[in-house]
Amino acid sequence: MVTLKVNGTTHELDVEPDTPLLYVLRNNLGLNAAKFGCGLGQCGACTVVVDGKAVLSCVVPVMLIANRAVTTVEGLGTMQNPGPMQRAFIEEQSAQCGYCIAGMMMRAQALLQARPDADDAEIRAHMEPNLCRCGTHMRILKAVRRAADLMRAEVKQSALESKS
Amino acid sequence: MTWRGLLSGVLALGAFTGLGLFLYAQEQELAPIEASQLQRFDPAEIKKGAALAAIGNCGSCHTRPGGTTNAGGRALETPFGTIHSTNITPDLDTGIGRWSFDAFARAMRRGVDRAGRHLYPAFPYDHFTLVSDDHNRALYAFLMTRTPVNAPALENSLIFPLNQRFLIAGWKLLNFQEGAYRVDPSKGSDWNRGAYLVEGLGHCGACHTPRDSTGAERRSRHFEGAEIEGWVAYAINERSPAPVPWTVDSLHFYLRHGWQSEHGIARGPMAPVTTNLGDIADEDVRAIALYVADRMGSRPAVALRPVSATGTDAAGKSIFDSACASCHDGGRPLPFGGIDLRLSSAVHAPDPTNIVNVVMHGLPPAPGQRSPIMPSYGAVISDAQIVDLLSYMRSTFTDKPAWSGLEKLVAKQRARGNTLPLYSSDGNLSAPARPNERVTAW
Repeated sequence: MVTLKVNGTTHELDVEPDTPLLYVLRNNLGLNAAKFGCGLGQCGACTVVVDGKAVLSCVVPVMLIANRAVTTVEGLGTMQNPGPMQRAFIEEQSAQCGYCIAGMMMRAQALLQARPDADDAEIRAHMEPNLCRCGTHMRILKAVRRAADLMRAEVKQSALESKS
Repeated sequence: MTWRGLLSGVLALGAFTGLGLFLYAQEQELAPIEASQLQRFDPAEIKKGAALAAIGNCGSCHTRPGGTTNAGGRALETPFGTIHSTNITPDLDTGIGRWSFDAFARAMRRGVDRAGRHLYPAFPYDHFTLVSDDHNRALYAFLMTRTPVNAPALENSLIFPLNQRFLIAGWKLLNFQEGAYRVDPSKGSDWNRGAYLVEGLGHCGACHTPRDSTGAERRSRHFEGAEIEGWVAYAINERSPAPVPWTVDSLHFYLRHGWQSEHGIARGPMAPVTTNLGDIADEDVRAIALYVADRMGSRPAVALRPVSATGTDAAGKSIFDSACASCHDGGRPLPFGGIDLRLSSAVHAPDPTNIVNVVMHGLPPAPGQRSPIMPSYGAVISDAQIVDLLSYMRSTFTDKPAWSGLEKLVAKQRARGNTLPLYSSDGNLSAPARPNERVTAW
């Protein structure tokens, strides 16, 4: 049995410890946001956030995850109530075929959680490992910048609310 | 003689020596060139200087991460404190724009700046002193024709008394010998060309030779390998840890392309070196390879260990099989496939620092180019798991004794966090296309 903490919920799963995290997310938990791209940790479609860091879930066996907190796109918001990262990608219409987008969102999420004021150069450098074959990079970058704005606005808003 | 007499004698002697050193340390300021004195350079000279600057790897130290090339500001951690590289763009106020050729040549030969101040030997003038006048002229032409960048020097934070620059004169007295390269008549011209480039401008020993307590390279342990910036520069003499001995051909290919099928990928502080050597004249790279291969000597090739002679560490094996094997035992050729670890210097080296770094941080991609990449595992693998994994790799892929102190080293490298300098892998646009192709049966 393997214990996994995903999007705030703890799961006891009957899987082999050497199963890649991606397979467990998709096949056992039905969380289909993270995609299988290359299976070699070279393309970024499977990116999820583990303890605040962007991780390529296709090359990470669940035995390494233990009690770490895993976040996938499903943990960022819902269809009815999308989170700032998801809203930004919708508003910028960043998806072409959409296959890379979940990975892009999660890699960007890891950056903005740690560095809410990341500048453009930092964003570009951080997003480097994730590939997009449609070529929507400019819109993806725009969405990440917009997400940063939305997140900052949210922080401001909640600070105001807690004051009043 | 009374104690008091002895004491005052010692003090007087100390003061006298200090004064002597202070006087000896005086260097003249060289006249600045004025903005109106426009210098013209022959384009061929500038081009030659560009190639020499690549061999000298100037930009690696003189550029801060994310900064403009050669504008300085990069922090170098030394056992004596932090020192910052300076701006070597031709900016009049903050760079070398007012430096005459004589001032530039003096800095290269003797480690003194235009104003007459001694330079810290982090600037490797102990090597650059070998550089010929002709090459210094070309380097000067190249540097003086770059775009000027206004970037004031950052304050160094060196421990007292080393923050007193005149003391560097004492260091030079002990450790520094000025002088041009002397040709070894018993060797061929290619060998001498290689030796001149490697020991001089290339300053390979600055990383690959261990240093003594004053920070000077130990001549008796030339190329024996050393720790640099949290990485290990391997021995490149007869102690080279490479399981397959390096040859002139393999070294030539590696330095040219940043990878070699029997040795792996350049990474850490070596990645920018091979990136630079990718663009210069092939005969210079060949000469460098010839000289270094000669330093390593030849030894018989060892038969690779059959993988079936596996280690016994079950925890490490299961991590390797599930996280590493798909690339490192996948049969996909280098540079885009993972190296067969039986060939890896990192796993065979006496010091496991590099393999610890690579497991934690992976191999970052080259910006905007196709390049080898390895995912980082630092966010998901625990210290204990790294120890299991590396112990398994060491016992499975090498015949070397187990590393000692692995737990401590892993914790130490983990604690460095973001202060460990990471280097993008060498872009492989120049790599032959074939290794990137998969042979598909249909």
